[in-house]
Amino acid sequence: MNILVLLRMVPDVVEELELAADGKSLEQESLRMILSESDGHAVEEALLLKERHGGTVTALALDAPEMDDALFTALAKGVDRAVKITGLEPGLTARGAAQILAQVMATAAGLLPADLILSGTQAIDDLDGSIAPLIAHSLQRPFVAIVVQVAMAPSGGTVTVVKECPGGVRAEFEVQLPAVLGIQAAEKPPRYVPVAKVRAAAKSRQIECLPAPAPLEPPLVEVLQMMKPVVTGHATMLEGPDEEIAGKICEILAERGLM
Amino acid sequence: MAGNIWVLAEQWRGRLSEITYEVVALGSEVATALGVKLQVVLLGHKMKGLADTLGRADGVLYVDHPALEEPRVETQSAALAQLIQAQQPRCVLIPLTNVTLGVGTLVAAQLQVPEISFCQDLCVLEGKLQARCVLYGGKMEVLVTAVREPTVFGIWPGARPAEKGRAEQMPAVEEVAVTLPEALPVRFKRYIEPEAGDVDVTQQDVLVAVGRGIQSQDNIELAEELAQALGGAVCGSRPVIDQGWLPLSRQIGKSGAIVKPKLYVAAGISGAPEHVEGMKNAALIVAINTDPQAPIFNVAQYGTTADALDLLPLLTEGIRKAISKKAGPS
Amino acid sequence: MIPTAVRLGPLPGWLILWVAFVLALALFARRVWFLVRLLRLGHWENRFDRLPERVKRVVTYVFGQLRLLDEPLVGIPHVLIFYGFLVFLVSTSGMLLQGLLPNVHLPSVEENRYLAPVVDIFAVLVLGGLAVSSFRRFVIRPAGLQQTVDATVVNIMIASLMVTYLFVEAFGMIAVPHESGIWLPAGRWVAGLAGKSEFLRAGAVSFHHLFWWMHVLTVLGFLVFLPYSKHMHLMASPFNVFFSQLDPPGRLAPPAQAEKLGAENIPEFSWRQLLSGFACAECGRCERVCPSHLSGEPCSPRELVHNLKEQLLRYGPAWLNQARPADEREPSMIGGLTAPAALWTCTTCMACVERCPVLNEHLSIVVDMRRRLVERGEVDARLDEALRNLGRYGNSFGQSERKRAAWTQTLGFKPKDARKEPVEWLWYLGEYACYHSGLQEITRSLARVLQAAQVDFGILYEAERNSGNDIRRVGEEGLFELLREKNTATLRQAQFKNLFSTDPHVYNTLKNEYPELDHGQHGVYHYTELLWDLLRSGQLKLKRKLPYRVTYHDPCYLGRYNGVYEAPRAVLRMLGVELKEMPRSRRNSFCCGGGGGRVWMEETRGVESRPSENRVREAASADGVQFLVVACPKDHVMFSDALKTTGLEGRLAIKDLAELVEEATTVAVEVECTA
Repeated sequence: MNILVLLRMVPDVVEELELAADGKSLEQESLRMILSESDGHAVEEALLLKERHGGTVTALALDAPEMDDALFTALAKGVDRAVKITGLEPGLTARGAAQILAQVMATAAGLLPADLILSGTQAIDDLDGSIAPLIAHSLQRPFVAIVVQVAMAPSGGTVTVVKECPGGVRAEFEVQLPAVLGIQAAEKPPRYVPVAKVRAAAKSRQIECLPAPAPLEPPLVEVLQMMKPVVTGHATMLEGPDEEIAGKICEILAERGLM
Repeated sequence: MAGNIWVLAEQWRGRLSEITYEVVALGSEVATALGVKLQVVLLGHKMKGLADTLGRADGVLYVDHPALEEPRVETQSAALAQLIQAQQPRCVLIPLTNVTLGVGTLVAAQLQVPEISFCQDLCVLEGKLQARCVLYGGKMEVLVTAVREPTVFGIWPGARPAEKGRAEQMPAVEEVAVTLPEALPVRFKRYIEPEAGDVDVTQQDVLVAVGRGIQSQDNIELAEELAQALGGAVCGSRPVIDQGWLPLSRQIGKSGAIVKPKLYVAAGISGAPEHVEGMKNAALIVAINTDPQAPIFNVAQYGTTADALDLLPLLTEGIRKAISKKAGPS
Repeated sequence: MIPTAVRLGPLPGWLILWVAFVLALALFARRVWFLVRLLRLGHWENRFDRLPERVKRVVTYVFGQLRLLDEPLVGIPHVLIFYGFLVFLVSTSGMLLQGLLPNVHLPSVEENRYLAPVVDIFAVLVLGGLAVSSFRRFVIRPAGLQQTVDATVVNIMIASLMVTYLFVEAFGMIAVPHESGIWLPAGRWVAGLAGKSEFLRAGAVSFHHLFWWMHVLTVLGFLVFLPYSKHMHLMASPFNVFFSQLDPPGRLAPPAQAEKLGAENIPEFSWRQLLSGFACAECGRCERVCPSHLSGEPCSPRELVHNLKEQLLRYGPAWLNQARPADEREPSMIGGLTAPAALWTCTTCMACVERCPVLNEHLSIVVDMRRRLVERGEVDARLDEALRNLGRYGNSFGQSERKRAAWTQTLGFKPKDARKEPVEWLWYLGEYACYHSGLQEITRSLARVLQAAQVDFGILYEAERNSGNDIRRVGEEGLFELLREKNTATLRQAQFKNLFSTDPHVYNTLKNEYPELDHGQHGVYHYTELLWDLLRSGQLKLKRKLPYRVTYHDPCYLGRYNGVYEAPRAVLRMLGVELKEMPRSRRNSFCCGGGGGRVWMEETRGVESRPSENRVREAASADGVQFLVVACPKDHVMFSDALKTTGLEGRLAIKDLAELVEEATTVAVEVECTA
């Protein structure tokens, strides 16, 4: 089974996000990038499938600060091949990224055909679309989003996937391969790989670099302004020792007839 | 008709979800501002009757097809794309939930039109549509416009109160036919219901919710005791369910239940948007989180930075005392 | 009257003895050689350096029996038995030799007027010691002491050796009643008793011979039995002590091989680690002081060493005969004889290592197996998260590096930035002092104290990362190395004379495990040492004496690991408080349970009484003690929590030494006195 995983970095929200001078984007100085959380789950799901059914896993990523670390970590976990697209324009939106990925996949050797293409179902900066459905459309392949489980059918031509629906309900689908899946969560949390193995991978493994093709079309959306959210409401904060706070809360509940 | 505002109704398992009405309310405002009509697109099979609460819309475009009975993103987007091409609305507002995620993107890709996601608000400025979107898990907001139309807008829950979009009246329903491919590469098999919990969290008046701040499964007992004292039930945010500390039936949020209890006590919950979506309409929200910057405080009426592990037992005690006092000397 | 000169049946006695002797020696040698071959399966470790120091160790711990006297009830008997063994070694060898060569007259101990009484008296002393230790073993039954067949057999053998010797003496005296003039009180007393019987008097020569043979054959039997039983600690422990770790305990050995870190199979352990299994006498001292074990966790240092021995004895032969391919010879020790829980629940407090009479290094075995668990990626969810955060943000709280100095915001002054300007003292805070909201005020206390004393100090602001002490002890050696590289580079660029830390864990690793930090140029201290210096020199002036009654908890990484016991006590004395020591203090201090990465791991459910709870109860039991004084941020967090869970909040409060010093040295302060 050949699996291709598409990876992208997003701003790390543990850091305070600051506005750039142009008022429309994030300030780069204080910005740290991190692998999109559901992309990390996509890698894990791919590795789980490889462990069960054999085959290869290739990671195709868009270059960003600290992407190398993420790719070497993926290689240390068991990904067979890591490819990075370099020379990207700053301010690339999800749709632009998907176009570049689609082009590279079509032209670069050995990336396609893949039985399964996995990517995170949605990233925190997917303003104008998400990678997974866009790739599915450009490759004209079946697509399921918010996938939390993937099982290969014994016959080999299909996979059974479980998608998260509202209210804790899940839906099961049978998808014909080759397919694109938007992964919400892998069946197990992403495995831990010791730093020693990542460092060893950084020394002994290679990340292939491919130049980005020129963007096909300008973005279809325009950001006019970026700002910190105006907090419309804020809770009345209760202060004091714990006993006092408990007392105040009991009063409030009593007032509202909730006891 | 060309130039109208369209809303895709979120139909799931034969019912329209709350968020449909929120988006209808928003769409109605926009349509009025632009002086055009508001039409709701309803996709389903033998579900025409669902239109009887969509009275706020000027019309409903109903597509009936067996393939639309179950929620497959491709069939929905194929149907919607055909409609859009035929009728050229100005924009389509699609509620962003687990059911519809991907529909907007596929439609936009197919028709090569812009998609703007994470929208919390839409307004009209000088005849142009401007969206206010939330990015980075709520840390930043952006004002966005689209380069051309029709535009697909993905609307985040909470844009407008649902009551404003609901009217017990059947608008004019136009049945439209679409052609959908026969053998679809994605076949719906079945629904997997969450393990029948003894408790239906959506029916509770009081919910005590725990998040990662509860630190360990053992401490959930503290929440159980408080819930018991208040006559309610315990529920949790996604991380707690993922850890296996509470069953899936107790999950509140985007992938879990949407609840509207009279009282929601959020203990050790940070208030990530996916969770807030599930509980923001509770009548009274009391949040306990040691981080004063936790976003839960933006949605709660009362909050404290006390440690939940210390406060919960004190609360339970206080409530028990107050209740026994009310009961009078025995 | 040499017993072997007489014929026994058709054969001369000496011939039978020779046969027995050669047979016993052969069996003994064969078994010992087998054990040595097993040890050689372990990887190489250089323990042959600094020979004079090693000899000194043997003198102190083997001949001096130093650690054994920690528990006097068994310590004193053991000393008697040990020296009795040495004495009898000489005596019995003489007897044996004489028996083998009956026609040659050899000088013997029995004929020496000075040596013979020693042997005679020791026979009684050993029996006395055995009586006490047997009483302890079979009646008192202390926890952790294993009741094995081995132990009983050994006790019986030693007793019979003593008894047979006394009878040999006694019947010898009866058979040849002339006065030799040598004072043999015990033998004489037995002779007196036995002489009362006509029957015994008549057969005195035969009985002398009989008991002689019994004595000698028992010794030969013991010789053969020795390397098959736990009593081989007799032979192994002197070597174990000789080859013990001379480096400071706070310096862990790096992994033996770079490819696959850690150990789970025999060849991956070092020969010295394998030897500890043979040197272990299963006395249980380690287990009796282990804080995790005492709180009901599956952690047991004794079992760990025992299991290593078991693993070696069971599967070592497969490695020796190379019968099967390498990966089929041995099941992993982890998940086999030793459960991962037994490894993860260790707090690395080193109470076990401190107690072990044969100087076993339980900690190195735990860390090597943890390294293997990390290598396999088998870490629990909380530890996984902590390690990810440590790798990415340099702290386990998952907060931005840029917030490391957030505690300075309400300080009132801005500490010097040691990255930009030279300072005399570099304060390496440690993540708990910086990020933990409950501890930041204490950090500020210390900063104010230093500022008031006009100490030229600075901090590294955002450049400070976790020093790696606990990361290394959790087994993530790769992350430790990465952080050490980064921190060393940062420290090299900063200009400072000396370095101090609020956190004993940080102190330990910077002092012992950062070889690139020029220790000749920079001294590494704990803040209590700095405070003592400042108070002593008068640079920090006391404004008042504090009228409190306190007790002090010795942090594991400050006390046991690095021997700093005096400085905090000296500070307390100068502050004028009344210091009441807890029963378990100094090197016997009882760990708070937070070390070894335990604060980063899932808490075990249903634990009887956590170490921190055990410790605060101990503190509270001291009459009138108001404060439990700590000198480690993790101690503060663990004990504060324990006060709540034990309901002792009204009884006792936790105070960091810095808080007390600030109280005693500031001009005006609001004193908050609890209890």
